[in-house]
Amino acid sequence: MKNEMKEGGSKMRSKSLKYRWLVPLVTVVALVSTVLVTAAPANATPKKTLKVALVAPSAVNDLAFTQSMVAALNGLKKSYNLKISITDNEFVVADAANVIRSYAKKGYNLVIAHGSQYGSTLQQLAPKFPKVSFAWGTAGSTFNEPNIYAYEAESNEGGYVQGYMAGMLSKSHTIGVIGPIDVGDAQLYCDGFKAGVLAEDPTATVHESFTGSFSDVTLMSSAAKAYVADGADVLTGSSQSVVGAIGVAKTSSVAWFGTQWDQSTLAPAEVVSSQVYNWKPVLEQIFTGIRAGKLGGATYDISLGNNGEKIAFNPSYPLPANVKAQAQKLIGEIVDGSLTVAQ
Amino acid sequence: MSHFLTYNVLTATVASAIAYSSYFLLAALGETVGQRSGVLNLGVDGIMLIGAFGCYYVALETGNDWLGVLVGMGIGVVLGLLTAFMSVTLKAQQGISGIGVFIFGLGLSDLLFVRFVGTPLPVSPLPNVAIPLLSKIPAVGRMFFHQSLLVYLAFLLVPAISFVLYHTNYGTKVLAVGENPAAADSLGISVTRIRYSTVLFGSMMAGLAGATLLLLDGIFQEDLTQSAGFIAVALVYFGAWRPAGVMSGSLVYGIVTAVVLQWKSLGIIPTSAADLAATAPAIVTILALVVVAGRYKAPTELGKPYVRGA
Repeated sequence: MKNEMKEGGSKMRSKSLKYRWLVPLVTVVALVSTVLVTAAPANATPKKTLKVALVAPSAVNDLAFTQSMVAALNGLKKSYNLKISITDNEFVVADAANVIRSYAKKGYNLVIAHGSQYGSTLQQLAPKFPKVSFAWGTAGSTFNEPNIYAYEAESNEGGYVQGYMAGMLSKSHTIGVIGPIDVGDAQLYCDGFKAGVLAEDPTATVHESFTGSFSDVTLMSSAAKAYVADGADVLTGSSQSVVGAIGVAKTSSVAWFGTQWDQSTLAPAEVVSSQVYNWKPVLEQIFTGIRAGKLGGATYDISLGNNGEKIAFNPSYPLPANVKAQAQKLIGEIVDGSLTVAQ
Repeated sequence: MSHFLTYNVLTATVASAIAYSSYFLLAALGETVGQRSGVLNLGVDGIMLIGAFGCYYVALETGNDWLGVLVGMGIGVVLGLLTAFMSVTLKAQQGISGIGVFIFGLGLSDLLFVRFVGTPLPVSPLPNVAIPLLSKIPAVGRMFFHQSLLVYLAFLLVPAISFVLYHTNYGTKVLAVGENPAAADSLGISVTRIRYSTVLFGSMMAGLAGATLLLLDGIFQEDLTQSAGFIAVALVYFGAWRPAGVMSGSLVYGIVTAVVLQWKSLGIIPTSAADLAATAPAIVTILALVVVAGRYKAPTELGKPYVRGA
């Protein structure tokens, strides 16, 4: 028995000696793999494609809300290996709900319902598709659903800066602010703009109204005409429906401040500046979360501080140097936290 | 309220009212002529929509508003042919065929807009033209004599159409066909030809109305008319099938529309009541319709296809 054990032991020893050369090989392979993995850039393209659907209320080239999201998605397409599908012009919520459901059924990883009006739809649909991640905005609530992300634009910040500039530019001390529905970033922007005007010129008259529609271009246009008739020499507005109001600013030769996208192409001589959205900071956090298995339950925002918003000055507009300098000073103060714009 | 009662706002509100009235007036005048010949065209709104889109697209692509206006009118004529073919030649039930044209116009204009434009980029609205001397009259000049040429045209067509209807041979034939087509037929008047001509004219006016609406703000959007064509049909009843009466109705509608929009914008009407206030023009028109239209008689053969010997 002892001999058998000895024989067995010597056989095993000789086998292990036979494969001794594998040790350095495995070590080298392990080392090389470790080096390769750690040396790879953090934003290396993930292998698995993330299927992302965007449902938006207006056209992909609306020079406003939808276009800002489309641009951000396309900008991240390669780095996050996205397959993007877009359905635009879904102003009717019931129609949009069908499209959102359809994308969820088709197995998309993320369905972005890009509009404050889509909240209740997601609240109903998300529990029925627990493996699909949903995102909506501008909004602050995830409805406590584990697969809903919410996103918001701190548009009050840029609104404040542009409002302050409006106060400096207005000679009639009468300014018109037109919003669609008093929710989300539209409400924040209008409030911020108004606060900015009054911070610079407490005696100014600031007309503010909401048309009750994200899509009604003519109502926004009518409001702009009413303000111009009352002496307003500076106008601003939020949402996809501002094009009519910008047209009024153009024909009346009054200054216009844009938001959501650079609107200077619509009225090069009247648009002073635009607060431009860049949704990348929000989308990057959502994509990273989904890849890590977190399908929702968080709210992210864009702001001047995280480069999700910037003020694009229109080079064609003869903006006085002191006004631009004051705007840049305010932006700096908001970014470094020394100025907080109330919501 | 104080904001509304300033000189600038009051004059701008009345000027807006005149401009808003114009497209209702154009559509309603065309419909008046059609109805006087016995043809009810409920497709006015659809024709306005496609006419407005045609005008918008051409103006956007060429930068020429007047070319857009011509295209809008041309589209009206084409859809008028379709309407007349269904109502006069095929003798289809006029209300139903008109609704069909409306739905067609609503869907097609939206489809074309989404397919070919997408973003509602503005085109230049027609410029206002100041009438020499008259435009200098304080307040009145700014309200009435500082409008676009299409607005002036709409109001000038009121006496022109009245003259044609009541003082020309053609007008007499139109009225005769609307009241007693069999008698007119027996006198050698072609009922079909007269009705085709009035429907074509009415539809061309609807296309022109759509172009006028479009060029007020220079913007197209889905369902731009928001049922203005149906309001125009109601205004024909309101005006008791007379051009002057139709103009009165259009002015009432335009004034109420302008006042509501102005009050909403200036915060006189709170946001919570804005939707309710938006219905005011329609409610005022319906009330006026009840009061006025009941006293007058519609053309005897309105809505009835003519069948010789029936």
